[in-house]
Amino acid sequence: MFIVIGIMFAGVSCGYLFRKRNEFQNLGKVIFYVICLLLFLLGLSVGHNEEIIRNLSTLGLEAFLIAFVATAGSVLAAWGVYSFFFKPKRRA
Amino acid sequence: MKGSLTIVAFFIAGCLIGWGHLLPSSWAENDRSIYALYLLMFLVGFGIGSDRKLKELLANLRPRFLLIPAATVLGTLVASALVSFLFSKWNMFECMAVGSGFAYYSLSSILITEMKTATLGPQLAAELGTIALMANLFREIITLLFAPLLVKWFGPLSPICAGGATTMDTTLPVIGRYSGKEYVFIAVFHGILIDFSVTFFVSFFCSL
Repeated sequence: MFIVIGIMFAGVSCGYLFRKRNEFQNLGKVIFYVICLLLFLLGLSVGHNEEIIRNLSTLGLEAFLIAFVATAGSVLAAWGVYSFFFKPKRRA
Repeated sequence: MKGSLTIVAFFIAGCLIGWGHLLPSSWAENDRSIYALYLLMFLVGFGIGSDRKLKELLANLRPRFLLIPAATVLGTLVASALVSFLFSKWNMFECMAVGSGFAYYSLSSILITEMKTATLGPQLAAELGTIALMANLFREIITLLFAPLLVKWFGPLSPICAGGATTMDTTLPVIGRYSGKEYVFIAVFHGILIDFSVTFFVSFFCSL
């Protein structure tokens, strides 16, 4: 955990030092390529793994449940924050 | 949206090639991809550090705006913890690690697969990583499709909290359209903060 976060912070500090250099401003593209490569590799190991391919529908259902409930939780929290702190008051 | 489709296409291409055994199997045993992950984390950090808009954004920040990312994080984590009671295979922290991808499906699935290999073994780690990929992809799709209904039922902040880390790029157009132009700034600020927090929360829950 600390290695990953440490590396990210090293990146933040280097990025801050080089923030005036224009050649680093479209880093998003490089990140995009690295993500494509990593997901291709993840896909390779998933496709290679017969256990996962056999259970894909179960995994998909579990994923959908987590996604639905997690989204619902944040939406309810958003509704609470909006009603208490952001909604224009009718009476002053 | 086009970017997301490309990323998913790369994943599916990888799946098909792995499934058909088209590449030597040593490629699929990705014990070296951890270094690619480290490179990615460095680049993500670099991108945040060198962003010139960051200063401007922080200058315009009002304290109550921080309640919105707090709602996203709290709502997601409580709900993910509750949903874990439905599963016997995954414990609470594993579900919370999946939930704290906050729709950033690429980064969260890679992080979970790499970090969980040590404790769960490669098989279960790859399964949890696949769940994280699909769950966070579903979250982005739910936000894109249901933004108008969410605004109607739960107010203009709801698609922002639902969109998680994607509210500064892929889901920003629908937020601007259905929540209103005045929420675009909040959405960008929220997206940057959540984006940053994905690494923390995912690696934190993976280490528990």
